Amino acid sequence: MMGNIGLEHFLIFSGTLFCIGLFGALAKRNVIAILMGLEIMLNSVNINLVAFSRYATTGDLTGQVFAIFVVAVAAAEVAVGLALIVAIYRDRMSVNVEDFDWLKW
Amino acid sequence: MDFPILSVILLSPILGALISVFIPKEESKIVKSVAGITTFISLALTVIVYYLYYTQHLATGGMQFTEFIPWVSDLNVNYSLGVDGFSLPMLLLTNIIGFNAVFSRSWSVEKRGKEYYILLLILITGVMGTFVARDLFIFFLFYEVVVIPIYIMVIIWGSGSKTKAVTKEYAGMKLTIFLLIGSAFLLAAMIWMYMEAKGLRGGAATFDIAELAMVKFSERFQIIAFGMMAFGFTTLLSMFPFHSWSPDGYAGAPTSVSMIHAGVLKKIGGYGLIRVGLFVLPMGAIAWAPVIAILAVANVVYAALICLAQKDMKYVVGYSSVSHMGFVLIGVATLNLIGLNGAVANMFAHGVMSALFFSMVGYIYAATKSRYIPDLGGLAHQMPVAATGFVIAALASAGLPGLVSFVPEFTTFIGAFKTSSQLIHVLAIIALTGVVLGAVYVLRMVANVLFGPRKEEWDHVKDIHGSYWIPVVSLIFIIVLFGVFPSLLMDMVNSGIEPIAAKFIQAATQIGGNI
Amino acid sequence: MVNFALENAWLIPFLPFMAFVLIALVFKPLPKVSAFVAITCMLTSFVLAIQIGIGVFLDAERFIEEPLKHTFTWFSMSGLTIEMGTQIDPTSAMMLFVVTLVASLVQIYSLGYMHGDVGFSRFFAYLSLFAMSMLGLVIAPNLLQMFVFWELVGLCSYLLIGFWFFKYSAREAAKKAFITTRTGDFGLLLGLLLLQINFGTLDLVKLGEMIPNFTQYGLTASGLTVIAIILFLGPIGKSGQFPLHVWLPDAMEGPTPVSALIHAATMVVAGVYLVGRSLILFQTVPAAMTFVACIGAFTALFAATIAVTQVEMKKILAYSTVSQLGYMMLALGCGSLTASMFHLMTHAFFKALMFLGAGCVLHGMHNELNIWKYGGLKKYMPVTYWTFLIGCLAIAGIPPFAGFWSKDEILLVTYNMFAHGHQPIYLVLFIMAVITAGLTAFYMFRMFFICFHGELRDEHAHPHEAPPSMLIALIVLGALSIVGGLVGMPWLEHPFGYYVRLGEFEHEAPNYFIMVGSVVVACIGIFTAITIYLKKSVSHEKLAEQYKGIYTVLYNKYYIDEIYLWLIHNVLDGLGRFLWWVDITIVDGIVDGVGKSTQGLGSILRRAQTGKLQHYALVLFAGVVILVVIMAMTGTSSASSMLGGVR
Repeated sequence: MMGNIGLEHFLIFSGTLFCIGLFGALAKRNVIAILMGLEIMLNSVNINLVAFSRYATTGDLTGQVFAIFVVAVAAAEVAVGLALIVAIYRDRMSVNVEDFDWLKW
Repeated sequence: MDFPILSVILLSPILGALISVFIPKEESKIVKSVAGITTFISLALTVIVYYLYYTQHLATGGMQFTEFIPWVSDLNVNYSLGVDGFSLPMLLLTNIIGFNAVFSRSWSVEKRGKEYYILLLILITGVMGTFVARDLFIFFLFYEVVVIPIYIMVIIWGSGSKTKAVTKEYAGMKLTIFLLIGSAFLLAAMIWMYMEAKGLRGGAATFDIAELAMVKFSERFQIIAFGMMAFGFTTLLSMFPFHSWSPDGYAGAPTSVSMIHAGVLKKIGGYGLIRVGLFVLPMGAIAWAPVIAILAVANVVYAALICLAQKDMKYVVGYSSVSHMGFVLIGVATLNLIGLNGAVANMFAHGVMSALFFSMVGYIYAATKSRYIPDLGGLAHQMPVAATGFVIAALASAGLPGLVSFVPEFTTFIGAFKTSSQLIHVLAIIALTGVVLGAVYVLRMVANVLFGPRKEEWDHVKDIHGSYWIPVVSLIFIIVLFGVFPSLLMDMVNSGIEPIAAKFIQAATQIGGNI
Repeated sequence: MVNFALENAWLIPFLPFMAFVLIALVFKPLPKVSAFVAITCMLTSFVLAIQIGIGVFLDAERFIEEPLKHTFTWFSMSGLTIEMGTQIDPTSAMMLFVVTLVASLVQIYSLGYMHGDVGFSRFFAYLSLFAMSMLGLVIAPNLLQMFVFWELVGLCSYLLIGFWFFKYSAREAAKKAFITTRTGDFGLLLGLLLLQINFGTLDLVKLGEMIPNFTQYGLTASGLTVIAIILFLGPIGKSGQFPLHVWLPDAMEGPTPVSALIHAATMVVAGVYLVGRSLILFQTVPAAMTFVACIGAFTALFAATIAVTQVEMKKILAYSTVSQLGYMMLALGCGSLTASMFHLMTHAFFKALMFLGAGCVLHGMHNELNIWKYGGLKKYMPVTYWTFLIGCLAIAGIPPFAGFWSKDEILLVTYNMFAHGHQPIYLVLFIMAVITAGLTAFYMFRMFFICFHGELRDEHAHPHEAPPSMLIALIVLGALSIVGGLVGMPWLEHPFGYYVRLGEFEHEAPNYFIMVGSVVVACIGIFTAITIYLKKSVSHEKLAEQYKGIYTVLYNKYYIDEIYLWLIHNVLDGLGRFLWWVDITIVDGIVDGVGKSTQGLGSILRRAQTGKLQHYALVLFAGVVILVVIMAMTGTSSASSMLGGVR
């Protein structure tokens, strides 16, 4: 074994993943890429939850259960999001988020 | 008296408004009649109340004809009404003007008449409510009820001016926002007062004005709270430098709204200033009185001089109204019985007088479609009756004895000289020049509009006819009646003001020194 | 009958008021009925006034000791009580008589003069309103009631001067009259307020007792002097004293009966009456009294110099009135209520006479105003001629006509003020008064000769005598101008001064030097007029050429009207225009500025709403980060409270 893998390794990993996802959500122009970024953020949160559940608490599986919830919600959210994108695309012929600025001042 | 006469007086115009909703919009004459009848009912009942109070309650004074219905008991907000010698003349004034406003001519009302009268009735109720409310919350509520109908009426039925780049939208917006800023300060002060009173009364909060008056607020609180409230109320009274909404507001508004604006809207400010400001926060009033006095004199002289330069009839009467409010404020600033009596009586007198003035100006404007004085002239040939009303209003504005405004002005000045403050003596002498200036601008307008050679371009205008006689006759009657028998008014006002003036003697000894 | 009148003196002003109300509300469309109502009420008042006069005359001592008063409270409050009512004493009885007499005669005269005028009913209504106001003023027991009716009298003057309101000149003259007198009223009102504050009352009898003891009421002599002078501003305006005399000549725009009634006999004397009623105040502070005398004498001379050059009959008479009012003020300034009131009475008679005569001339000459268009009217209008001559002789001060006795009285008291040890200034005033007497005789006869003698200059005119309704008044007033002064002869045991006086009655010995001297001066004036205008030995045109500078200044009334107009237009109106600019630019500028800056702020801040999803998300995230950092820094308790937990 390569030395003990502790909580902090998982937290750094999930933090990094979160940042990657955040960057994707904020900086990508393609809406589907933003959705992918959101997925990555959600998954990083999952890792975080499971890690804390495994290392910081004893016995109960709260974190893991929460993670399952998150997976379900993420799936639903992606379904709805993709449906919205398809609807917008049908109207505007674009998946570039910078084109969707009708709520501008 | 168990019959809730005050509620009936208050709600009669609302009933009229409700009935009018169901009348088809083409029949604006029927709506006008409904409005006329309901305001007449209110007026008649108010006259009865006035008579009863004058004959039965004058000696004892105090709030009579009271009504009390608990409303929001957690906050101790109650539907609490009553009248005393101070509010009764104001209520009477509102009804007189409301009734006459219905019958005054304004050329713009010929379109969308139904909505106009409905709004007018709501407006009248709102104003009445402020005068009969014994509960501060209800007072503020009715005050807010007043602002919105005025805004709508000015925006839709108002008119712009030839002499100043003002549209009706600008006039309406300016008026409303100015008043709302004032009432924002008022609301803040009101809530603060409520919380302070709650603390000082050991947790028993109240909005009742009489009970608040008995709370011993700290001097620091009184000074700050009075300043905030005074800002709100004096804005309403068009005190310099917060007066600029008023001339534009008058000029931009249709006739009935100008009558109500000049006649009663400003008086809500005066009423609030005395009833809530002076009565509840006397020490604050003592601190602020010199400031109010100085600004009041600015009102009188500044506005009177500006009147000399005006070429638009409504602006002349508008600035003249600002000038007269200066006299009211001087009376308030004297803080003694005589001066306050003068101030309140002046509010009544000015109300009636400017209602007549605006009614006549509005009639001429409607008939000739012009407010621009150089275009008019010689109208006494074509409109002798309107000219008579106009001249009487002008003379009342100039304070001619025998008409309603002389005794209040005289009393105010006596009150001013009775104070021990040298500043107020000097200011009063300066304000007295307003008496001369007042005659100058008003007679100039009369001469330029009514007298002189006949101008053929106005030969088509019709003199006062039909229901337009009502404001002329009734307002002239009131002006002459209270001018020849001033004690009908002064005795009533005196009985209401005595307890308020008594507070000052008390408060003055508390902080040491004289007023 | 006498007792009824004495107890119900309030009827005297009330009856004309009833006439006014009835005409205004009911009889306006019926001119003859209106006139009938007005004249009947006026004559009834006159009868009542005679009754009062008799009552007072028979028992003068009692009325002087304690005037008969009836009052009621008009309004009151703690610290201020104002009453209204009537006060009968010899002075007010005399005034009642004069006012009701002249008013009745003028109303009868108006039947002829205003015949056919569109506003006939309105005229009688206004005349009745005026009568009510003047009578209310005269019987006032306190200064406030006097002020109330003083203003009402001013109102009636405004309405009557501007009676022919379709004339531009008439409407401007009416406005000028009201505003000029209002300017004086500023002082009057201020003086009244100060008196009320310091003495607690405006009642004439009470003030009469309190004012001599003014130190008890916390006033200094200089303070009381200031009050007196401020108070005097009102009479300066109302009685046309310099510098507020400018409205009187313009007031001639009104119909001639108005000029006769209001601007000769009654309204203008209200100022004199007020000072007379408050004479105790002026006597107590002699500096104020001297001020009054100086103004009076100066006005008398000033107006007389202008009258010498004028070419309109009514204007000459107007300036003459200003001048005679100056005499009355001078008399008051010498502390003599007697002389002043006496001259008031006689002046009412002969001046009203002359104005009504001028009206007859205007009527006959079809409203031609310039006297140089007249001439030789003697043969066309004999009654007018003879009565006018009586008036001229009276005003010039030729015995035994009325004006001689009263003018002489004034000269006497002025001279006595100098002679009995008072200031030497009174000698100057005396000389001014004497010069004025000469000028008066001169310009009156100048007018008389130009109008009535010589040949008719305008061939197109067809002058004729006036109808009988107009002549009655002339005859009655003519008779009074002859005998009216005899009540003041110094050889009587109870002359005028016994009844109308302030203080104890002193039987003055007649000063023959002054009597003869004044007649001589008057004769010099008349002979000068005869030389220039009757005999035409000296050409008036050459004289005007020779003294062109002075003549122009006098003819243009010392340019005072022009100066006032300039001041009003540039200073007063200029100030108004400037302040309007301030109001629009600065005050409104601030208000609009607040609005604009709010809008500006809004238009800057709205740019944060880019509409771009990712910007919003970024801001959201940044906010969360900041919150977390704060929570981390401040510890767990604040963190849990921010998250909504229990502390």
